[in-house]
Amino acid sequence: MSRVEVKKTYKLYIGGAFPRSESGRSYEVSDAKGRFLANAAKGSRKDARDAVVAARKAQPGWGRATAYNRGQVLYRVAEVMESRKGQFVEEVRAAEGLTPTRATAAVDAAIDRWVWYAGWSDKYAQVLGGLNPVAGPYFNISAPDATGVVAALAPQESSLLGLVSVLAPIVVSGNTAVVLSSKDRPIPAITLAEALATSDVPGGVINLITGDPAEAAPWLATHRDVNAIDLTGVAGTDLAWGDLERAAADNLKRVRRPALDGLSAIEEDWSVTPTLGRIESFLETKTVWHPKGR
Amino acid sequence: MSTFEYAPAPESRAVVNLQPSYGLFINGEFVEGTGSSFKTISPATEEVLAEISEASPADVDLAVKAARTAYTRVWSRMSGADRGKYLYRIARILQERAREFAVLETLDNGKPIKESRDVDVPIAAAHFFYHAGWADKLEYAALGPNPRPHGVVGQVIPWNFPMLMLAWKIAPALATGNTVVLKPAETTPLTALLFAEVCQQADLPPGVVNIVTGAGTTGQAIVDHPGVDKIAFTGSTGVGKAIARAIAGTPKKATLELGGKAANIIFDDAPIDQAVEGIINGIFFNQGHVCCAGSRLLVQESIAEEVEARLKRRLQTLRVGDPLDKNTDVGAINSGAQLARITELVAAGVAEGAERWDTGCPLPEKGFWFRPTVFTGVSQTHRIAQEEIFGPVVSMLTFRTPQEAVAKANNTPYGLSAGIWTEKGSRILWMADQLRAGVIWANTFNRFDPTSPFGGYKESGYGREGGRHGLSAYVVTGGPQ
Repeated sequence: MSRVEVKKTYKLYIGGAFPRSESGRSYEVSDAKGRFLANAAKGSRKDARDAVVAARKAQPGWGRATAYNRGQVLYRVAEVMESRKGQFVEEVRAAEGLTPTRATAAVDAAIDRWVWYAGWSDKYAQVLGGLNPVAGPYFNISAPDATGVVAALAPQESSLLGLVSVLAPIVVSGNTAVVLSSKDRPIPAITLAEALATSDVPGGVINLITGDPAEAAPWLATHRDVNAIDLTGVAGTDLAWGDLERAAADNLKRVRRPALDGLSAIEEDWSVTPTLGRIESFLETKTVWHPKGR
Repeated sequence: MSTFEYAPAPESRAVVNLQPSYGLFINGEFVEGTGSSFKTISPATEEVLAEISEASPADVDLAVKAARTAYTRVWSRMSGADRGKYLYRIARILQERAREFAVLETLDNGKPIKESRDVDVPIAAAHFFYHAGWADKLEYAALGPNPRPHGVVGQVIPWNFPMLMLAWKIAPALATGNTVVLKPAETTPLTALLFAEVCQQADLPPGVVNIVTGAGTTGQAIVDHPGVDKIAFTGSTGVGKAIARAIAGTPKKATLELGGKAANIIFDDAPIDQAVEGIINGIFFNQGHVCCAGSRLLVQESIAEEVEARLKRRLQTLRVGDPLDKNTDVGAINSGAQLARITELVAAGVAEGAERWDTGCPLPEKGFWFRPTVFTGVSQTHRIAQEEIFGPVVSMLTFRTPQEAVAKANNTPYGLSAGIWTEKGSRILWMADQLRAGVIWANTFNRFDPTSPFGGYKESGYGREGGRHGLSAYVVTGGPQ
């Protein structure tokens, strides 16, 4: 007789802990063929606000960590994911309906993306910053600095590779993140949260909320303590990215628009090697002057 | 002790050839606008300088179409090297006609001639010279793969540095291959119209630069025009937010350089005399009409009394008056509306319990004037510590520890600039790391250079102007051509 499997309760990931939604709600998650997979926590706008509080609390420490340290932390995420690769492949396959080969390729690429971004941690500042030869006796230097707390809508289709492709460039520079996962494909996101919790990412640096982004996204867009918002995951939802961008103007959030075909949001091809663009979207340039003299 | 009085040393107005009225500069020519007109005055005397056209939405449409045609047929096809040569020409003509620009700027804006002559105009020319060199080197600027222009850029600039802001906007836009429709501020249109003549003298292809004068509705017509691909705005945070809302969901992009409430932080080991000069330069430069002005003075408690005394003593030597006089330190407030705003906020400061002090210096009878003013006993919640006054008014607060200085400095929705005064190098670098501001001046203040990126964090806007960073706002990258 076969063993009765122990099923897992899927929860949110806020401030390094795994709470249920404060709303007490859950929703059914199915695989690509419509078969029941699990009940995932249906995050509320209050959960999103709690996540912003956690992200704000974690930001100064993460932002002050050395670039070398942040690089190692991101690399550690890749290591931990690699050790749970089988589970990720299964979950991506179920969520996205991919063949085993293609699911494996997606998970491989997601792990490699952490490695790619880990390597950038102590390099983008050299590429993007530098001395400015001002016309006068002054030392003048520009360097990138983290924007702060970044809210992100993770892609709806690419449940893991897309999520990692959005998340890693936000946190590599010292930002902290509040991420709304794919609505219909949240399981790989929760497993990623478990990998994060057992790697070296400090609690609160990455916060993941499952549920319907249409509920929390408008609140994150208007939230006064969110510095930037990544609208990538608007594609494939009923949300209008222009409405979120308009709401974000209340405190002049930096807005990363979704990929567009005309004015319609579309999901990007995540297999393409990224550019520095996503890292740059969530950076400020700080310029410091000092006189030279004897 | 008796003092020597300064003899008047007025700069001659003869170098400026004012016309009674001006049209709009569209497609390389001055044309009559279809809207109404308004007068631009000298804020120092309230003398009417000229009649200015208020560009209607139809005029803006003409300008955008001219810019589009110039972009498609000429400017986007021209080599970077040739674009650069036009910018070099403009830079040279600005240098040749520098005195004329300086006098005209001072007449129209009210700022002291020594500032327009030594700061605004030379740095404006330098911006064109700097960006000219980028025009054929964009692939080296690390902007991303395949950098290319947006197309037509709409630019709206403020009245505090009319010519300098024009240069900050037009030079990078043209260097990267865009064409522009620019609106100068309602109260300071004259140097932009003189710049149109410079474009003619440089034989700049018609339509590459279009200047439309007017007020808020003209600006809105630019922002809303579907033929404009990108907006660059410098001005108030309120209008900046309105622009961000207006372009949300459209193909347009924007860079916004908005308000500030900079902390100028004085530690007890700072060289006090230099710091006092820095405080004065920080807030009384350009009558305090500076978005990055050091309007919140944070002084370490142990030296607060001494700094206050020395500051007040030094302020009494500032010469307030005729902006055209070469000895004038503080000129006229740019407009009656701005004077009313300053007066209202200063009254609020008194009503909320802060202590007001001013130099008591005599002021001219005509024109818009405000004495250099210091508030002490200011708390962080006072409006004068939170809101941008944009005038010659500094609010003094104290702190005990570097941590407290950082907390107070960052306690604002703005994040444009900050100043640090201390002899301790490690403290400067620590403070610079902690401060959430785009430009940080250590042991100096209010320095500007075309190679140095300028722009803010948080509600001071987004994007940078100047340097390699400023170019990125004017290109799109990646993808197929």
